[in-house]
Amino acid sequence: MRSLWAIGLALLLGSAQASLTDVTLDNGMRVIVKEDRRAPVMVSQVWYRAGSMDEFNGTTGVAHVLEHMMFKGTQTVPPGEFSKRIAAAGGRENAFTSRDYTAYFQQMQKDRLELAMQLEADRMANLVISDELFAKEIQVVMEERRLRTDDQPQSVLYERLMATAYQAHPYRRPIIGWMDDLSSMTAQDARDWYARWYAPNNATLVVAGDVKADEVVALARKYFGVLPKRALPERKTQAEPPQLGEKRIVVKAPAQLPYLLMAWHAPKLKDWAQDIEPYALQILAGVLSGNDSARLQKTLVKTQQIAVNASAGYDPVARGPAMFMIDATPAAGKSVAALERAIRAEIARIQREGISDAELARVKAQVIAADVYQQDSLFYQAMQLGDYVIAGLPPEALAGRVDKLRAVTASEVQAVAQKWLQDERVNVAELDPQPLNAPARRAAVPGVRHAN
Amino acid sequence: MPIKYVFVLRFLGMLLLSLPLSAQAAVAIQHWQTTHGARVYFVESRELPMLDVAVDFPAGSARDPAGKSGLAQLTHGLLDQGAGGLSDTTIAHRLADVGAVLSGRFDRDRAGVTLRTLSSATEKNKALDILAQVLQRPDFPQAVVKREKQRLIASIREAEADPGEVASKAFYRALYGTHPYARDEAGDPAAIARLTRGDLQAFYRMHYSAPNAVISMMGDITRAEAEAIAQRLAAGLSHAAPVPALPKPAQAATSDTRIAHPSTQSHVLVGVVGMARNAPDFFPLFVGNYVLGGGGFDSRLMREVRDKRGYAYSAYSYFMPMTEAGPFQLGLQTKLEQTDDALKVAQDTLRQFIAEGPSEAELIQAKSNLTGGFPLRIDSNKKILDYLSVIGFYNLPLDYLDTWVDRVNAVDVAAVRQAFARRIDPARLVTVVVGAGSAR
Repeated sequence: MRSLWAIGLALLLGSAQASLTDVTLDNGMRVIVKEDRRAPVMVSQVWYRAGSMDEFNGTTGVAHVLEHMMFKGTQTVPPGEFSKRIAAAGGRENAFTSRDYTAYFQQMQKDRLELAMQLEADRMANLVISDELFAKEIQVVMEERRLRTDDQPQSVLYERLMATAYQAHPYRRPIIGWMDDLSSMTAQDARDWYARWYAPNNATLVVAGDVKADEVVALARKYFGVLPKRALPERKTQAEPPQLGEKRIVVKAPAQLPYLLMAWHAPKLKDWAQDIEPYALQILAGVLSGNDSARLQKTLVKTQQIAVNASAGYDPVARGPAMFMIDATPAAGKSVAALERAIRAEIARIQREGISDAELARVKAQVIAADVYQQDSLFYQAMQLGDYVIAGLPPEALAGRVDKLRAVTASEVQAVAQKWLQDERVNVAELDPQPLNAPARRAAVPGVRHAN
Repeated sequence: MPIKYVFVLRFLGMLLLSLPLSAQAAVAIQHWQTTHGARVYFVESRELPMLDVAVDFPAGSARDPAGKSGLAQLTHGLLDQGAGGLSDTTIAHRLADVGAVLSGRFDRDRAGVTLRTLSSATEKNKALDILAQVLQRPDFPQAVVKREKQRLIASIREAEADPGEVASKAFYRALYGTHPYARDEAGDPAAIARLTRGDLQAFYRMHYSAPNAVISMMGDITRAEAEAIAQRLAAGLSHAAPVPALPKPAQAATSDTRIAHPSTQSHVLVGVVGMARNAPDFFPLFVGNYVLGGGGFDSRLMREVRDKRGYAYSAYSYFMPMTEAGPFQLGLQTKLEQTDDALKVAQDTLRQFIAEGPSEAELIQAKSNLTGGFPLRIDSNKKILDYLSVIGFYNLPLDYLDTWVDRVNAVDVAAVRQAFARRIDPARLVTVVVGAGSAR
């Protein structure tokens, strides 16, 4: 119930309340402030519209590598000093890279926003990437890849499925980058990336918390507003050509249990006020796995007992194309093939018979409640705003989404299941577990352990 | 799982293992006992129209009877899979119908159930009805027991592919020997396969009793309503006496366990039996560990292992405060060929810290971060609820919040040095390395 559905649920959360300020500075930097006075704290996030989808072959992973280097010093702030100053002020900080963006954040007491802005503005313009520190940090990133991908069979499966499902679109590349690209990456690659994308007119500042919007905007003008606007490279669409038939891979990796991942290309949210399908697909994901006895759990895990876990997920908020996904682990003695047939049968049942009013009402009740619950997390509210803005959606899309989801009908859910979850659009990946005690594979070609 | 691919974080944040709390930002905790002996902790907050409830019992895996490793976990997992004559599906649907979220949490000490619901009357009452059934009348249906045993065994098998999981299990075994903390939280597949419905019912009756219960509530209700809810939740529980104390763990002899695994990295864990949640030197150890390996990029381990040498993405240390002494654990993951080098750097960093303690400047930095960051620890209902549960479960003083910042500030270099020297004997470290070959 946790995994894939969490994506859907996360996106079902949109808050209509609390005042929002949304301004663009003269240099093109966007500033969004959400006032929330529940606690004397704030979160400040700088989002750059540059993620792994903006990379080129040969230097995959550079967006994330640059994220690491952003903590390695500027012309006036020595390496490590950024983190040290934030920590000394009681702050928590981190950064994250996705396919669509790179974002940096600080969570602190409300009166310490100025320090965060001062440091962020400095590294937006004055980063220093030394060969020496790069050489160490690239090793750290390769360890990160080993930890989070190479030694996690389900992660390897996901990575290889993306590389298969997308043939042209850059979503085919892993965020962390291919190991060989990391091995041959240079400090100059990181410098080039920084020079290309780190400019105020490619950034959005999101501040949420016990702050005054006019004061935040004034501080933003003072620190970010003075940085010069720069010409950004032209972004080309790189649309994925239509899929012409089912695609299927097998990944052999040391593991105890098989694992199945299915993905269908699906529409993303473009015109939030007019679109119907992205909302209907979110409801569909909820019907399939939004609670412990939603369709996948009830049929596959509880009744047929053909799976020990199964979930569905769909994220319509993205710069690139969207996907609808289902993952499942077969029960002991059950084959992946049988599990896949059972999943297809569940989809076919919705395509044929639709969903019940009770199921529709249940998912909507969860949407409405989740909209309240998400207000308990300041950080999450800021995250959502950044996520929407990066995807090119206005904050109103976030505010209006609960109403849009409530308007979805059962027949719309059936229609999107028919239209998008078709056999000729499916991409299937199977983890074929190999013995854990086999002779060690060798690291001459690190990370390669699949066959597809 | 795909979801983890949404982001690639710069570093793995330290787990919030010690749940410190503190002063100035007054969280007004109300505390009482129900007539059945359940202890209640409540904070009223009317800002959001929602209510969080947690009910915890000393029913973690340390309570597994001999030969029945996995019984506690299975019992906990079965609570909401059929109760009061309602099927697992009815329970799940009724909760979802009102937008309520029922979750479980489970570790070696504690088995708990949490409920998040809207505070509007209809939704809240329906959600609390289900919570009461799940806590008071789990049915443990025969067919569901069989199914969930298979699922639990499958999850244990699946984790065997993860070198980090393998290392963690081996670490607890090496550290705790015959103590109940040695056993894995999820249990032993062979023992699970033998468990019966009767085992679950007996375990449930003995552990999920009112005198064992800690009820925490946070949110949009009055004191009177909180009293009524607590009374109702406790009323249907058994009257079984409080569980006996766990045995005191002995300090482990030094050992070095190497386990082969087809991974590209070695997972290295080093540690000793550390401190209990109510240890008198909790604060010197907690604050001192910020400097050693708990303070992210402020910590020596991160600096030595990651920043200076690029050996690992994550290098950390922590004390896990538990009912009895939990582990002190230092960990890192590194590619196979540099395992011994990275291990040596970590050991040297630890030894030097024990010998010398933190510098004055390091300690000031640690205290600045911890005290300055205090408001972030209580900035949501969820976080406050978790703190209520910890205060209740571990019998921490009610003024714990009010004294926390002062107690952090009171820690000095000498106190840290003495506490670390007392707790960690560098000659008696337990080491576990999981990775291909396992050669030294």
